[in-house]
Amino acid sequence: IVRNGGSDKNLNSRRKTSDANETEDHLESLICKVGEKSACSLESNLEGLAGVLEADLPNYKSKILRLLCTVARLLPEKLTIYTTLVGLLNARNYNFGGEFVEAMIRQLKESLKANNYNEAVYLVRFLSDLVNCHVIAAPSMVAMFENFVSVTQEEDVPQVRRDWYVYAFLSSLPWVGKELYEKKDAEMDRIFANTESYLKRRQKTHVPMLQVWTADKPHPQEEYLDCLWAQIQKLKKDCWQERHILRPYLAFDSILCEALQHNLPPFTPPPHTEDSVYPMPRVIFRMFDYTDDPEGPVMPGSHSVERFVIEENLHCIIKSHWKERKTCAAQLVSYPGKNKIPLNYHIVEVIFAELFQLPAPPHIDVMYTTLLIELCKLQPGSLPQVVSFEGWFQFALSDCLTQDLESPKPKFVREVLEKCMRLSYHQRILDIVPPTFSALCPANPTCIYKYGDESSNSLPGHSVALCLAVAFKSKATNDEIFSILKDVPNPNQDDDDDEGFSFNPLKIEVFVQTLLHLAAKSFSHSFSALAKFHEVFKTLAESDEGKLHVLRVMFEVWRNHPQMIAVLVDKMIRTQIVDCAAVANWIFSSELSRDFTRLFVWEILHSTIRKMNKHVVKIQKELEEAKEKLARQHKRRSDDDDRSSDRKDGALEEQIERLQEKVESAQSEQKNLFLVIFQRFIMILTEHLVRCETDGTSVLTPWYKNCIERLQQIFLQHHQIIQQYMVTLENLLFTAELDPHILAVFQQFCALQA
Amino acid sequence: MSGGLLKALRSDSYVELSQYRDQHFRVRRAGPREGQALGQNAEERFALVSLCRLAFCLGDNEEQEKLLKKSCTLYVGNLSFYTTEEQIYELFSKSGDIKKIIMGLDKVKKTACGFCFVEYYSRADAENAMRYINGTRLDDRIIRTDWDAGFKEGRQYGRGRSGGQVRDEYRQDYDAGRGGYGKLAQKQ
Repeated sequence: IVRNGGSDKNLNSRRKTSDANETEDHLESLICKVGEKSACSLESNLEGLAGVLEADLPNYKSKILRLLCTVARLLPEKLTIYTTLVGLLNARNYNFGGEFVEAMIRQLKESLKANNYNEAVYLVRFLSDLVNCHVIAAPSMVAMFENFVSVTQEEDVPQVRRDWYVYAFLSSLPWVGKELYEKKDAEMDRIFANTESYLKRRQKTHVPMLQVWTADKPHPQEEYLDCLWAQIQKLKKDCWQERHILRPYLAFDSILCEALQHNLPPFTPPPHTEDSVYPMPRVIFRMFDYTDDPEGPVMPGSHSVERFVIEENLHCIIKSHWKERKTCAAQLVSYPGKNKIPLNYHIVEVIFAELFQLPAPPHIDVMYTTLLIELCKLQPGSLPQVVSFEGWFQFALSDCLTQDLESPKPKFVREVLEKCMRLSYHQRILDIVPPTFSALCPANPTCIYKYGDESSNSLPGHSVALCLAVAFKSKATNDEIFSILKDVPNPNQDDDDDEGFSFNPLKIEVFVQTLLHLAAKSFSHSFSALAKFHEVFKTLAESDEGKLHVLRVMFEVWRNHPQMIAVLVDKMIRTQIVDCAAVANWIFSSELSRDFTRLFVWEILHSTIRKMNKHVVKIQKELEEAKEKLARQHKRRSDDDDRSSDRKDGALEEQIERLQEKVESAQSEQKNLFLVIFQRFIMILTEHLVRCETDGTSVLTPWYKNCIERLQQIFLQHHQIIQQYMVTLENLLFTAELDPHILAVFQQFCALQA
Repeated sequence: MSGGLLKALRSDSYVELSQYRDQHFRVRRAGPREGQALGQNAEERFALVSLCRLAFCLGDNEEQEKLLKKSCTLYVGNLSFYTTEEQIYELFSKSGDIKKIIMGLDKVKKTACGFCFVEYYSRADAENAMRYINGTRLDDRIIRTDWDAGFKEGRQYGRGRSGGQVRDEYRQDYDAGRGGYGKLAQKQ
């Protein structure tokens, strides 16, 4: 409380504001907490809260309206609790009910305009459950759904737009299907018929790109709308009997059925605009079914509406609590109705569904792994078994002995062991892996120095290498290194032309080999070396060939230590010794073809693309900030009417012009990077396809499957950036003449936002 | 009308500052010599200097908190002496690109003494490390992360009397990954 010597009146109003804030906070807390574990029953808590809110309506109506709209939007896992609350309030205060419905419609329109389609679904669902609470009249809800499904008749709009309106309709039906059908069966049948005909005619080109498993056994990977349609069909056939959803309003039926209902105002879906961005289609990930956990409750079938509702609610819980891993785990394991369903299986399936979601998981990978650890801590007797049942190491490891080391299973194990080694150390892996499997162990991550032993005496540049080593150890300067390197002959040229700073692979070789070898002790040592001799690096790597050769030599030195390769590439890009395009070209070069399918290569490529993307964003931000600064300056000038600030404008305008150029140059570099990558993919894939055709062999080798999916991965992981290049890609690279295998990937990608 | 996030959903407790403040943290400023110059006599000057020192201490705390709230650097504790920079890189890269790792060293032996600093390029990546890597295992030890106001030369050394960390001076238990018994217990 701020003490001040102001008048009593000021003090009073200040106190009232802080009291009001306290009450508003208290209201927010009451509303958020209802439904959580409590000594009293949910019904009595709801009734009590309805009483409190009703009493506060005169003073806090707009705050209460805002709070209830917000929980409708942000706490969908507690949907029916809040609709019941609104129902009780409407029964006590008809006008409030009407204002709430209006507020919800306003919020729905705003969400759609702001491309918040996921939140909009929750709002639509909330409105439909309000029919069950006698707040909204069923016929007006049916009318809204009629308008939704009529979007399927719109022409020249993206399919994803039509999809969303169908999804919003279908996904509300588990809650309100029964009531709507009872009141308006003829209209509902008509809407269903329209929905069915739309689902039959819509394109499904995008599906293969989004599926996690390639086979349909034992768990089919269904397109999300197909799956939901099947679930709703089954629900309809079961006469809309749905027993999973918690419906607190049933206990209040006698009160609620006395309430007067409101009609939803006619709702026209906002038209499609250029700025509209609709959610991407999804494939439903499944890894469990009724055969899992034979001792516990049976898992609802994949086409049961219970499965849909459970998964929705679990996804919502993760969405609400992702920042608080302990709370998230606690909320997941205390999901109501957990005695009737194999909850741990559902939780694990939902978590992996998010982890494997394409194009990208909703949250960072490490959140999910840590969440699984928290869940195992909460349920040590039951959860770890669920995870390991489907655990990747359950498959027959003996397969790995008989198969070629490059085939998928052994390769997978090798990559996992390599990752384990990064988190521990080489000897540990050797110790824990049984001797029969030692072929799967990673190489000892040591440095390979070609000038190190006696046999290297005859190698060209050997004496210079020794000289350099001495110089490095005596803390030589860049200039001293330059002078040692000056006399290295250029194997590519007959006569040295200029000062000798053109591309000289031998110079690069002796310098990079020797320096990296001396700095091999740790990452810090290597980074230090790169920093100290940055000048030499920049000069040697000035040309594109130079950059490529630096990467080549670095790879030769560190080929046993992929982690070191990755961090060195990262540092070299950040210190501008090499650029992103050089890294891309290096990855597709023949020197890396043997390692092309290894994980570290793709880690490096994606990390490189991400750096490029972040760089563009950073400069765009600088430009925006400079423009805003100028705008503020202009405004101040017009306020002050000070003509002398013309000069100040000049410097800022110059800065803006420079930044504009910088942005354009960065965006151009970014586009070029993607074009290089796509071009190289097309080249190697075409080469393979042509060779197979001439040889008459099958195209689908493990290498090919790996490569084509790596291409898919580029599209999916960076889809937002790549969307900008669609026209160029279509006209320049992914043309009709391309082999259909490769073109299919591009077409599937286009289908994601079509 | 869309409104902001609810307080309940804004909870981000893993990212909050802990109680720990580096007692060696100082803002660089001119010493309280002005206080010494002023004042009629030694007593008055002493009072003024003490007041300055108190004000600076509060200012240091305030400044440290400000830095902690926007820091991209984490202190990582309870590491094994044998945990390498490479292992730390691998684990902490899971929440984002690492700018720099500085291994904590024994001031006398100049060997690893069980802590380090991890600096990220972005605050968001550091926050994810606090949310998801803090309290998990590395080298089979539960590691702890905390916000750090930023590396300064000298802070890479342990502050214990024997050269390692203070906690290894006084602990009574045997910890194979941290040099066995605590230094005091070893001397007994």
